[in-house]
Amino acid sequence: MNNKSKKPAQSAETVIEIENLHVAFGDNEVLKGVDLSLQRGENLVVLGRSGTGKSVLIKVIVGLLKPDSGRVVVLGQDVVDSNTTELDQLRLKVGFSFQNSALYDSMTVRENLEFPLVRNVRNLSRAEIDRAVEEALDDVGLKQAINQMPSELSGGQRKRIGIARTLMLKPEIMLYDEPTAGLDPITCTDINNLINDVQERRGASSIIITHDLTCAKEVGDRVAMLFDGQFQRQGTFDEVFATDDKRVQQFYHYNFTE
Amino acid sequence: MIPPSPSTPRPFITARIDKMLIALYEVARFVGRFFREVLLPPYEGREVIRQCYEVGVRSLPLISLTGFITGIVFTNQSRPSLAQFGATSWLPSLVSIALVRAIGPLVTALIAAGRVGSNIGAELSSMRVTEQIDAMEVSATKPFKFLVSTRVLATTFMIPVLTLYAISVGLLGAFLNVNSNEATSFRSFITEVFGTITFLDVFSSLAKSIVFGFTIGMVGCYQGYNSSKGTEGVGKAANAAVVTSMFLVFIEELFSLQIVNAIRSF
Ligand SMILES: Nc1ncnc2c1ncn2[C@@H]1O[C@H](COP(=O)(O)OP(=O)(O)OP(=O)(O)O)[C@@H](O)[C@H]1O
Ligand SMILES: [Mg+2]
Repeated sequence: MNNKSKKPAQSAETVIEIENLHVAFGDNEVLKGVDLSLQRGENLVVLGRSGTGKSVLIKVIVGLLKPDSGRVVVLGQDVVDSNTTELDQLRLKVGFSFQNSALYDSMTVRENLEFPLVRNVRNLSRAEIDRAVEEALDDVGLKQAINQMPSELSGGQRKRIGIARTLMLKPEIMLYDEPTAGLDPITCTDINNLINDVQERRGASSIIITHDLTCAKEVGDRVAMLFDGQFQRQGTFDEVFATDDKRVQQFYHYNFTE
Repeated sequence: MIPPSPSTPRPFITARIDKMLIALYEVARFVGRFFREVLLPPYEGREVIRQCYEVGVRSLPLISLTGFITGIVFTNQSRPSLAQFGATSWLPSLVSIALVRAIGPLVTALIAAGRVGSNIGAELSSMRVTEQIDAMEVSATKPFKFLVSTRVLATTFMIPVLTLYAISVGLLGAFLNVNSNEATSFRSFITEVFGTITFLDVFSSLAKSIVFGFTIGMVGCYQGYNSSKGTEGVGKAANAAVVTSMFLVFIEELFSLQIVNAIRSF
């Protein structure tokens, strides 16, 4: 298994900056002082056990959850202090692909993909919309599903449609919540290629949450590991796993030995 | 350990009242948000029409049946009392007043609460549970406008229309009953009915239905949009939507009775 070979040119521009982020639900302290930054054009993989607050972290980034304290700056805009209009402006540039796909189940695949486009970009011609939908479906290899309902799709197909829907607005930043969970190895490879493709062709910066170390290795320029509410280890894939820390080693061995 | 003092229930009561006040504040904010979002462009014309159609189609069969049967039964049950005074010729005016002022709006609202209210509650809460509303939120597609404003507008507009329809079907049932028993002609039935109903009757009945429609849409949307996560949230939201809106409809009915009586005696 090769590490990600081709590293795209990275400028020094920071697109996401998080400082000392705290999030608690009642007594359940989930994030306890998270610091994180994402550079333009970079793929950052976030690893961590179930329930450590990975999904919570990216929900804070798009303003779905309000943190108890801390600073979150996305594309130069403070998310915590933004009003709804400012937040909506920002959200057009940040794509969020949900862990459970979150497809609109009363709409066909085509309508799902059209939805963010027609509601944000007025005065598009029918042909332009169709072209955008077909392009996005082509990216995830599901052209044939265009007229199906979400309930008729498999879990993996739903996941891919969810990613396609997120790509419709051509975001500068992509947040993938477990894009390869529950997919077969071949589809996983397809998704990994798609994530790299989005990075290379569109110059997008991405945070990829995953349990899947193969995916982490193939897409991640940098890996950050979340333990006990903080990022304990950051660096390239090899740097992060070059340690005797038991928790890190367990993660590695589960994925790569036996 | 401190022995339980007689005043122990007090914090319980204040906690309850606190909770109630917070809930009331939340509801007020939700309603306020509806008016803000409904007045500001862009407008959701197409989606409103689609929702109107949904509301109509969903309740039409049941309202037809219920309105018609109520018309027949009410006429039939009122006959003996009037017959004691030899006044069965008053049946059309009696029935029309009852249908227009009370039965029509009430029956329509209750059926819509059961059919439409529960549906809105279940639909929105399942969208909440499966993060579909969050997905709309993060793609800047304004879910409140798209989901809530449209549904509330649709029920506010459609319940009065359905009420007029229920009244007409009820009157048809009444006519068939009167026609077969007293051999009243259609023409004299209609003359009788329109001689009795006043403008105030129709107007107050429609005004009332607008309030009912608004209530049903608002309660369903509030319960669904703010439902708790998890599958049991869906059932709870649907149930609460029906129970709360039926309760409120009766309260509003009482209020409107007072108001209309005050206007009449004016
Ligand atoms: N809306 C919420 N209300 C209350 N608690 C929440 C909420 N969202 C998340 N939590 C709690 O926060 C913790 C972290 O949840 P999160 O979904 O971020 O985990 P995760 O790292 O994404 O796990 P997984 O890999 O299983 O997806 C959990 O303990 C969860 O119970
Ligand atoms: Mg998660």
